[in-house]
Amino acid sequence: MKKMTSAAVGAALMTSVSVPTMAMAEDLTLCWAAWDPANALVELSKEFEAQSGHSMNFEFIPWPNFADRMLNELNSGGKLCDLLIGDSQWIGGGAENGHYVKLNDFFDAESISMDDFAPATVYAYSTWPKGTPNYYALPAMGDANGWFYRKDWFADPEIQAAFKEATGRDLGEPQSQKEMLEIAQFFQGREIDGKTVYGASIFTERGSEGITMGVTSALYPWGFKYENTPGSYDMEGAVNSPEAVEALEFYKEFYETATPPGYTNSYMGESLDAFKSGQVAMAMNWFAFFPGLYADPNTGGDKIDFFVNPPQNQAGSTLGGQGISVVAYSDKQDAALEYIKWFANPDVQAKWWELGGYSAHNSVLNDPGFKDSAPFAGDFLEAMGAVQDFWQEPAYAELLLAMQKRVHDYVVADQGTAQEALDKLIEDWTEVFEDEGKL
Amino acid sequence: MTDTIANRAAKVTPQKVARKIKGLSDRAIAWIFVAPTIFLLLAINIFPLIWTIQLSFTNYKANRLNREPEFIGLRNYERILTDSDIWLNMQATAHFLFWTIALQVLIGFTLAWLINKKFKGNDLWTTIIVLPMMLSPAVVGNFWKFLYQPQIGLFNYIIAFFTGKEPSSFEMLGSVQLAPWSIVIVDTWMWTPFVMLICLAGLRSIPDYIYEAAEVDRASKLRQFFTITIPMVLPFLMLAVLFRGIENFKMFDLVVQLTGGGPGSTTELTSINLKREAFEKWRTGYASAYAIILFVTVFGLASIYVKALNKVKER
Repeated sequence: MKKMTSAAVGAALMTSVSVPTMAMAEDLTLCWAAWDPANALVELSKEFEAQSGHSMNFEFIPWPNFADRMLNELNSGGKLCDLLIGDSQWIGGGAENGHYVKLNDFFDAESISMDDFAPATVYAYSTWPKGTPNYYALPAMGDANGWFYRKDWFADPEIQAAFKEATGRDLGEPQSQKEMLEIAQFFQGREIDGKTVYGASIFTERGSEGITMGVTSALYPWGFKYENTPGSYDMEGAVNSPEAVEALEFYKEFYETATPPGYTNSYMGESLDAFKSGQVAMAMNWFAFFPGLYADPNTGGDKIDFFVNPPQNQAGSTLGGQGISVVAYSDKQDAALEYIKWFANPDVQAKWWELGGYSAHNSVLNDPGFKDSAPFAGDFLEAMGAVQDFWQEPAYAELLLAMQKRVHDYVVADQGTAQEALDKLIEDWTEVFEDEGKL
Repeated sequence: MTDTIANRAAKVTPQKVARKIKGLSDRAIAWIFVAPTIFLLLAINIFPLIWTIQLSFTNYKANRLNREPEFIGLRNYERILTDSDIWLNMQATAHFLFWTIALQVLIGFTLAWLINKKFKGNDLWTTIIVLPMMLSPAVVGNFWKFLYQPQIGLFNYIIAFFTGKEPSSFEMLGSVQLAPWSIVIVDTWMWTPFVMLICLAGLRSIPDYIYEAAEVDRASKLRQFFTITIPMVLPFLMLAVLFRGIENFKMFDLVVQLTGGGPGSTTELTSINLKREAFEKWRTGYASAYAIILFVTVFGLASIYVKALNKVKER
């Protein structure tokens, strides 16, 4: 009996050592958009696999279909994703519809502090209701809409002289939105190296979120606000303020006078293509693409430089970026939380930035060497200090599509006036908030 | 033993099953045969239709499962029918429908008439002409997008060659005036062969002796065309119009690939708008009402048309 007991204890001990490791090893699936930083994350996650014994699978969806595909997945209670790096605007729906796991208890238990992350990213990517200490995501990828330009063209003495003659000032990185338009108009249709080039590539895409992200990059520097009082949904006088009207008119003028012909439905991909093919002097795009642009053998390196979205009445950049959430329908939530715990580690965050991901961790951003670690690092910090995001309401998709329609109708299809477009936008948004019971 | 369907079926059925079949009436056997089809129809057509009608009177949103839908009566219908933007979508759809059908019938019939003439390489030409309709709409949409590209697109260069205009001076997909025509051109390019094939079937079904009799009566070629060819091909032509009409009323893939409904909402056909309401904005109740309105419209128009078609056939 004694022998048997010893054997049983021995077996139990063996089991306790070996079985949990086997039982805990999970196949985790992380869902995100298919773009450069996603490849960096695959590389980064190898370390997690080695440490935890879990294996990581990735589901990367092209940007134009990302929202459709992932929101359908969440709405149907799908189990495809254990972890989701979802867009900032999804946080309201993710929280209110029960798609995301609330992370407060987990953060407390694992001593993960949101104070360790840049406040703007915590506010935008993690909290719902906005600004309250209710966390549904960990800031994963800081991002904002910025600009890049042909440094070699800007440095060309002939071009500089021509610009000085045309405008009376030196050619350089624009200090305001209007200066940027002036530069873009100067390059529009100009012959450089025997080729006709154009001013700038901006976002005009109709189907998903493109033109809204582009237009807000003009609206925010003019001082655009969604509500007169935050949380009150009183939009009259804010959304259609004289500044907002002027900014929208400015964007239309930019589209009409300083972009390549045929750019009626362009977003991230088209902007990158236009720049890399040497068609444009400047282009707007998300900071996430900047490491890849800098590394480009043809138009990167010495030929490119970057600048933050210029101010007009104030500084303002359109927020991009995402937080990482645990999907409530996942059967592997423990392992998924383990990934988040690992990802929040400052060392991992430092490596994330090294590989091309935009860490939102203070230990990375506040590092004295951060600004000089990449030619766009300083601009990124500056941009993140003045970011503004679109509505993050559960009904964000309705709000976004309404804006897509109204601004595309005005800017690209040349229908009505800026004032009419913004007035109609308020009507659309009011209807949505009435349906939501918020008005 | 009476020779009923059941008994005949029993003879060729394994004995075990045959015993069960033998006592059944013809009507019962008929029901057994059609029941699976009826069940499937009810499950995948009728039930969703009834459910859609029910949802159309609510404010249900499929992405808000934790929110109880409320009955809101005819509000969705009222909103849709008084929404000026939706009427613009209807106009865009009507423009697309009218011009694609008109051009496809005209060109399709002409091609069929030419192909019907016996000439060398007739079969090869038929195959070449039919190729576009064999392609996927997504592929067609994508490559026409390149053809329409103002800087490198072949279409602009061809137009420029004939008009002397600068190729990049006009944008087929980006201009409010040209975009509706650009989608008409692509759909016509793709689906004219379909109309041609139906017309060809009609032309080949006309017996030669009718033309021979007309020749004997010294009817001119023009008269033969208008009094024999057209009336005898008309039922086929009307059938082609019905098929293309129904297809183009719900046109989605090709136009989404080409313009995404833009610029602005110029080429936003009703099906594109409906998809946005249902699966992007998730206004399920509203989209259900929208779908019912479209269904009634198509069903009503198709019924009237089929009656007319039958009258033509009877003549």
